[in-house]
Amino acid sequence: MSATTSSVFKRILPQLIILAVVLALNVIVFPGFLNIEVHNGRIFGNLIDVLNRGAPVALLCIGMTLVIATRGIDLSVGAVMAIAGATAASLVSDGHHWTTSLLGALLVGSLCGLWNGFLVAVLRIQPIVATLVLMVAGRGIAQLITEGTILTFIDPGLIRLGAGTIIGIPTPILIWIALGAGAILAVRRTALGMLIEAIGINEASSRLAGINSRVLLICVYAMTGLCAALAGVIVAADIKGADANNAGLWLELDAILAVVIGGNSLLGGRFSILASLLGALIIQSVNSLILLSGMPPEFNLIIKSVLILCILVIQSPKVGHLIYMLRASSLHVPPPETPSRRVLTPKEDAQ
Amino acid sequence: MKLKSTLLASAVTLLPVAGLAADMTVGFSQIGSESGWRAAETTVTRQEAESRGIDLKFADAQQKQENQIKALRSFIAQGVDAILLAPVVATGWDQVLEEAADAEIPVVLLDRTVDADESLYLTAVTSDLVHEGNVAGQWLVDEVAGEECRVVELQGTTGSSPAIDRKTGFEQALDGHDNLEIVRSQTGDFTRSQGKVVMESFLKAEGGENICALYAHNDDMAVGAIQAIKEAGLAPGEDILIVAIDAVPDAHLAIAQGEMNATIELTPNMAGPALDALEAYLADGTTPPKWIQTESKLYTAADDNQAVYEMKKDLGY
Amino acid sequence: MPDPTRPLLHASGISKFFPGAVALDEVELTLLPGEVHALLGENGAGKSTLIKCLTGAYRRDGGTITLDGAEIDPVSTNESQALGIGTVYQEVNLLPNLTVAENLFLGRQITRGGLLRRRAMIRAAREVLLDYGLDIDPAEPLTSYSVAVQQVVAIARAVEMSGKVLILDEPTASLDREEVQLVFSVIRKLRERGLAVVFITHFLDQVFEISDRATVLRNGRVVGERDLSQVTPNDIVTLMLGRQLEERVHERKGGRAGEVLVEVEALGKRGMIEPFDLTIHQGEVVGLAGLLGSGRTETANLLFGAVQGDQGRLRKRGREIRITRPRDAITQRFALCPEDRKTDGIVGDLSVRDNIILALQARQGWTRPLPRAKVNEIAEHYVRALDIRLASLDMPIRLLSGGNQQKALLARWLATQPELLILDEPTRGIDVGAHAEIIALIERLREEGMALLVASSELEELVAYSTRVVVLRDRRQVGELTGDQITPSNIVAAIAAEEPKEATA
Repeated sequence: MSATTSSVFKRILPQLIILAVVLALNVIVFPGFLNIEVHNGRIFGNLIDVLNRGAPVALLCIGMTLVIATRGIDLSVGAVMAIAGATAASLVSDGHHWTTSLLGALLVGSLCGLWNGFLVAVLRIQPIVATLVLMVAGRGIAQLITEGTILTFIDPGLIRLGAGTIIGIPTPILIWIALGAGAILAVRRTALGMLIEAIGINEASSRLAGINSRVLLICVYAMTGLCAALAGVIVAADIKGADANNAGLWLELDAILAVVIGGNSLLGGRFSILASLLGALIIQSVNSLILLSGMPPEFNLIIKSVLILCILVIQSPKVGHLIYMLRASSLHVPPPETPSRRVLTPKEDAQ
Repeated sequence: MKLKSTLLASAVTLLPVAGLAADMTVGFSQIGSESGWRAAETTVTRQEAESRGIDLKFADAQQKQENQIKALRSFIAQGVDAILLAPVVATGWDQVLEEAADAEIPVVLLDRTVDADESLYLTAVTSDLVHEGNVAGQWLVDEVAGEECRVVELQGTTGSSPAIDRKTGFEQALDGHDNLEIVRSQTGDFTRSQGKVVMESFLKAEGGENICALYAHNDDMAVGAIQAIKEAGLAPGEDILIVAIDAVPDAHLAIAQGEMNATIELTPNMAGPALDALEAYLADGTTPPKWIQTESKLYTAADDNQAVYEMKKDLGY
Repeated sequence: MPDPTRPLLHASGISKFFPGAVALDEVELTLLPGEVHALLGENGAGKSTLIKCLTGAYRRDGGTITLDGAEIDPVSTNESQALGIGTVYQEVNLLPNLTVAENLFLGRQITRGGLLRRRAMIRAAREVLLDYGLDIDPAEPLTSYSVAVQQVVAIARAVEMSGKVLILDEPTASLDREEVQLVFSVIRKLRERGLAVVFITHFLDQVFEISDRATVLRNGRVVGERDLSQVTPNDIVTLMLGRQLEERVHERKGGRAGEVLVEVEALGKRGMIEPFDLTIHQGEVVGLAGLLGSGRTETANLLFGAVQGDQGRLRKRGREIRITRPRDAITQRFALCPEDRKTDGIVGDLSVRDNIILALQARQGWTRPLPRAKVNEIAEHYVRALDIRLASLDMPIRLLSGGNQQKALLARWLATQPELLILDEPTRGIDVGAHAEIIALIERLREEGMALLVASSELEELVAYSTRVVVLRDRRQVGELTGDQITPSNIVAAIAAEEPKEATA
């Protein structure tokens, strides 16, 4: 057990270091960054904001990690967020109990995921194309549900999911941590993780080894839809309204980025949900840094892209090899084979 | 329906000129339905046309210029009497506008202008974005009456003309009033959720008690920010003054509930002045000015916001 | 003609380190102009690594390379190609949907004023290929030709682009006898033109047929450089293995087959294999013999449900069963080690441990994970039983040598305790030592009462372990040999016979 703990730690060490560095930058820009206070029974502070505001991307990247591990991708998660938020808002304003609304939204999200899974696993459409369909259509569906307006609601139960607290901690934090922990346990305590990895690395071999890849793929996409739905409900609850135009807009890209920063290959295979979650926190810390810096908004995208670029360069196989060589030259350890876990270059070395 | 209007249109062209005002057919090329305001504009335009007995042909371009050009060509082919165009972008209109001019169909631009020769369109009905910002700033200057006030600003989408102009107008109004200082300014992308997120960071970075007023480039961001202020344990509208632009129903509601102080209306009724000008032009050739500025009405707690809310809430905002 | 005694390429002191391992240790290689030089060694001996260091695919960690007397230091395969070192791999590295001519001239197309001169290119391609003894239409897509022709096109491309040294990495692995001769005739022509050809293969007879000299590697070191006219195959094998491979005596195993396990009745798929009958008993090894494309692999795949048949019936122990996909077959305790280990067998990035338990876990379902202790017990058991050589069970299986990968795949299926084990080319591309071990394993499993169906292109090997051999030709079963009838010459006769010759059981 301790062997696995240390290997998990080794796996997420780069992400932990990057997170620490970005948080340190936050402290430099805003010395009060680490302060945490309690206002009216609610924990209050910039660190809490990072955890809280990181919730949508964190939830999305749980499912996205699994989909990417199967060598797929899900571009529709942002649109599914909008659909789920609209569904919840619409149900609750029709007088349904908030739990019914939540379950309804989760059901709709799962159905969206099943649809993607059907296109990918049964019709064998390439994931990027298959999910593009819902990415484009989904926002339209959400607009149909909200009839083009921001559909506001006042149900305190539903609002608590996004804006409320439980024992002083903002609910979204508890939700993503719980779902993340649940997902990690589900894939690592069962054989699910290994089978997903097997499909992602070599589907032909996996099928011949008796893995039911079709069912597994559909389940993974459904799970992603469920995560997106939860994120959508949280975002809607946070502003007490479902904004079909803007809810989850471009968040699919942040989710993919979180998975990549988490060191997972877009080519599928070995994955770490924990590392992706750290990736989501890293992205949110970068966002926080931009907000706290007080720089004019014209610089937002430049700062963000430069920081992300730095992170990806540091993680790139070439730089990793270089660091290894530097360490090796002082320790006399032979260098590794060029790492196969590629981050952004989907290209195998010359055979 | 289509057939009927085509028949109607061709019948119209056969009628003597005097009969035009009564059975006018107007084509309306709308950008799409990307925002609540846009939806309200469509609703109000339909209402205005209906109340004047005008047959309005509506075309939704779904945010694509090519669709708008197609719609315009089809209007020209149908021989409509006039065209209302809410252009999605500023450039690339010359050719189709020339086609309309050749067919002697007047074109009126709604809420945005284009980079084309002025002779190619009758007039443009738009609000003055700088003026809106100016009204907001002037309200704040009057409201604080010389007291020290640290202002935070939620900008619109970076680089968009409403964001640039509303910022400019606000800063012009504050110019020379050293008691007012914009201490933080960041984009909230015109959305409710970003408005909330950015306001949260303002509250942390400056300390809620050190912020005296919030200026948001649209109401949606203000509504998001109100929630952030409440969650920080402060009273929006009292501890922090809030002024925004657009006057969407939720803003009126917030003012009615005392959580917001002022909003400047970007009227969805662009079609009213446009159709007035058209009717006058077609009736006796009265040429309107090239630019008709809509009123930027200021709403504060002094107005009956609850009543305005009830009136506006079904417009499709 | 260059001086035949002056080395064309000389590499000395080549070293390469991988984490925890020395892949090459001061390796020396000398290539003379106009020679075919075999590079030999068991899998994992360092052949591929050496080639990658020579061609710049890997950065070597020490040593010098001289080409034509000048020191070179290629940092990429493109650079080494430009310097004169061309490489052709086992898997043809061309673009299958382009034409032969386009493949031949890719990257150096004949153009005029920026426009492709298609006709000129096709003409030039035809001339080039005639030099290589190929009279084919270069305007056709590459895929319309056999693998052998593709291989020759790849050689032609490499030679035309480089022209001094040609490295052939297992060029004959997927070719049949006649196709091998086609490739060899090309190699001989290139030798006459003064090229130095490096030939890597696992087929010793081919080494002696075509090569002049050989360098033998073992564990990253050169253990000998030999003039092949002076030595026997046995000497070379001894060098490679470092021990004398014991002579295998083909002791005929009596017909001690047990009860009937599987009965196949008119199973077939149109365009793939004609309907066939087949009965497999417990405790027997049924060999499937035939040339490439005769239907060996198709028979195996059909039986396992990897391909779905369009007719036929299956019975197991007298009870009708349906197999439409591999999962069904696994439920019936069938197992299949596929022909193409890399694409259909291993899951490269997963650990050896996970690869071994994959089929067992898939059968159990993901909700019932095998306990960690149990997993380790199974994995360790088979690592010991099959002598799989690895640094750790956690290492990705792709880092194992071919023989060890094959053993791990066998372990995967043995862990499911199959009643019928189907092996498709179980010894392809693996080193001599593992080869012998796998053959011994097949015999041991048979003695324990398992039923095996083995498809192989190696006649000697089939003869060694089969209790019955089914011969296929042109997608049809054309004969069956049992007992003393099973000899290489009888199998060849059955394959070659004009009329199907029914041998009696």
